[in-house]
Amino acid sequence: MYRAPFSGFGLLLLACLAASPCHSEELQDPYFGEALYYAHQGYFFEALEHLDSEVKQHEGVDEPELDSLHYHIDDAEFSLGDFELRYRMHHRAGRAIRAVLEGAVDEVVRNDAAFRLARIHFQKNQMADALRALERIDGKIPEPIRDDIEFLRANIYLAEGRPADATDILRRLQKSDSFSGFAAYNLGIALLKDGQQQAALDQLDRAGQREVVRAEELAIRDKSNLVLGTILLEAGEYDQAKPYLNRVRLDGPFSNRALLSAGWANVSTEDYERATVPWGILADREVTDLATQEAMLALPYAYGKLDVHGRAAIYYGRALDSFGVEVDKLNASIDSIREGLFLEALIREEIRQNKDWVIHLRSLPEAPETYYLMELLASHDFQTGLQNYLDLADLHRKLVAWQASFDSFDDMVDIRRDHYEPLLPDVDERFRELDSRIKLRIEQHKLLVKRKNDMLTTPRPEFLATREEQTILKRIEHFESQLHGSDDPFDVNLKRRIKRLKGVLTWTLETEYHERLTRFDENLRNLNAAMAVMHAEYDRYVRTRQAATHSYVGYEGPINRLRMQVSASIEKVEGLMTRQGRKLEATAIEELVARRGRLESYRNKARFALADSYDRATQSQIKVDGVE
Amino acid sequence: MDYVIFAMPRFLATLFCLPLICSLTTHSNAQDITGNEVRSLDEQVQEIKSDVLSIASELGNLEERLLYPSGTQVAVFVFIAEEEMFRLDAVQIEINGELAAHHIYSFKELDALQKGGGQRIYTGNVATGNHELNISIIGKLENGKDFTESGSFTFAKGVEPKTLGITLAGPGLGNSGIQVEDW
Repeated sequence: MYRAPFSGFGLLLLACLAASPCHSEELQDPYFGEALYYAHQGYFFEALEHLDSEVKQHEGVDEPELDSLHYHIDDAEFSLGDFELRYRMHHRAGRAIRAVLEGAVDEVVRNDAAFRLARIHFQKNQMADALRALERIDGKIPEPIRDDIEFLRANIYLAEGRPADATDILRRLQKSDSFSGFAAYNLGIALLKDGQQQAALDQLDRAGQREVVRAEELAIRDKSNLVLGTILLEAGEYDQAKPYLNRVRLDGPFSNRALLSAGWANVSTEDYERATVPWGILADREVTDLATQEAMLALPYAYGKLDVHGRAAIYYGRALDSFGVEVDKLNASIDSIREGLFLEALIREEIRQNKDWVIHLRSLPEAPETYYLMELLASHDFQTGLQNYLDLADLHRKLVAWQASFDSFDDMVDIRRDHYEPLLPDVDERFRELDSRIKLRIEQHKLLVKRKNDMLTTPRPEFLATREEQTILKRIEHFESQLHGSDDPFDVNLKRRIKRLKGVLTWTLETEYHERLTRFDENLRNLNAAMAVMHAEYDRYVRTRQAATHSYVGYEGPINRLRMQVSASIEKVEGLMTRQGRKLEATAIEELVARRGRLESYRNKARFALADSYDRATQSQIKVDGVE
Repeated sequence: MDYVIFAMPRFLATLFCLPLICSLTTHSNAQDITGNEVRSLDEQVQEIKSDVLSIASELGNLEERLLYPSGTQVAVFVFIAEEEMFRLDAVQIEINGELAAHHIYSFKELDALQKGGGQRIYTGNVATGNHELNISIIGKLENGKDFTESGSFTFAKGVEPKTLGITLAGPGLGNSGIQVEDW
């Protein structure tokens, strides 16, 4: 049988989960915070969905140290393992933690990872691997998990059949704030398993007298007393057993069993009158409880032994009626499960919102009598199956909702395509024209920049001539070329005049050169700003244009692939739900049939005992009448 | 007829079926869904969970690409300041005067925020440039008094996706109860 996990484990996990979120250290990555937000609400699917994407994205970036998740990557990887465990994905759980353990990390982080990994192996019932993981812990151990590690180690030893090793550790944990109650009880059991009977009884006695407040510690104290009382009862030490059984609280989870045992302890010492006290209390309790049903027969039996046959007959009659009613209820419950109402009730949302949903199942019309299934519902294997069924139902709901969203995605893409496709060719045409003009201006701008740079090293005043001056200069050069080589006195005179004019122009250009260069530089700076605006507009346009295309191109493939994956998954989930559901139903029916069988047997015994009591009562009456 | 004979051994046997290490769960007599068959089914359930998680992740990316392109995407997160124990009842967010989000908190959501979780309250699209963000909160202080708080902020949207974090605190600490941070 797959071993029931240690129930305190839930506490350990909660403690770790509470430690990992980021009020202890400032949150740097809001998306990690979002995963924690879901996890803290118990939505581990959503937490995993978000965190897994974040971690994968982080692993894919070129410079992970610049990514905001970098500050929390160890925590994030630990949390992935925790969430996977909480979402009952034991196969995947540990993958991320193993990665941390094998990476180059700080000693404290490595030890924390080793502990978490050991805990996962323990939950998977892989004790040797759990011990190997614990053996990797070396050096500085984080204070908050010091006791957790030792308690886990002790539990692994107990599961491995090494009680002597466990006792050493459990002795050290007796003063632990978090585990003392559990460690005290487990120490008693470890000693018992180690064959140290008297030491075990002494330890269970101590565990049963601890001053505790918390509900789970009170329950473990009751359990210590119950186990101790039962051991003594089985050993035939009835008188010694009584005080331990009497220590069990009357309102605790073990009270019914303790009351029943206390009755038997008294009966075994032939103290029938005392036996009627615990059994009397128990017989009035919830009739579906096994101990109560037993007490309903045991109580009149004790009265019979006390020769109060009339009262015994009344109680047998009451038991007979109750058992009859309960057998009818069980028959109805079996029918309701066979009709599929149990599974239907399980997945109703309003039921699961309530923490006492198992109890509330009973209030649903035609739902089975869940009180009879309480023990079954609490068993690990049934819980695994039940949780799987509920998880599958959740997955089914999600997948069906996603399936409906694909049509909306298709519509969205189609609307965008219909909108953009007629517009874009015209827009692209206009853009091409604009683009060539922009490119020309960019080239001109580059030329001007180059010219300015050149002038800074080699002054070129003619580059800064005004348009009019350039025209004049060209005309002068034209005249010069025409008069070139002529010796005619008229031409010589003209040449002189042209030279003078050129001189005037050159004078102006040379003397105003710095002023003009400054003005040119200023204008160029203004142009640079204008060019920057143009570049920004250009980039914005390109982005918008790309966004327009990206808004409807490239979705068809992924949508269709996802649509097929979702359909296939729905089919798979439905198949698994059917198989899992049938198993749950069969197990529940088998449990109810067994309980019905037991009740029918009780009913038969009650019927015979009732007749017997009437006979004895009548005989007593005859005797009394005869004496009179 | 002696009923002790049938009752006593069965009772003791039942009690000793209690898991010996300190599990508070009770033992069931019906253990038929144990063994390899269940484990195999359990493995298949784990596999389908893994498959569906990867579909969810891919679908999330697709949805984000389709609905909130990076050029226009703005995401707003809500956090509760450390050690703040006021009861947050509701948050309302307006962007440029238009209602972006209004959320009423359940006990579980509030608890998750107080434990350090962050709620993505809004994801939407805005153009590049400056935008106005108005935030209003209502809640109850530890002493039972109702309070409301509101604040106006400006944020600049560039070409990259914008992520804003709103950190809430109860009034009376000297600072504004609403802080907006650009992540």
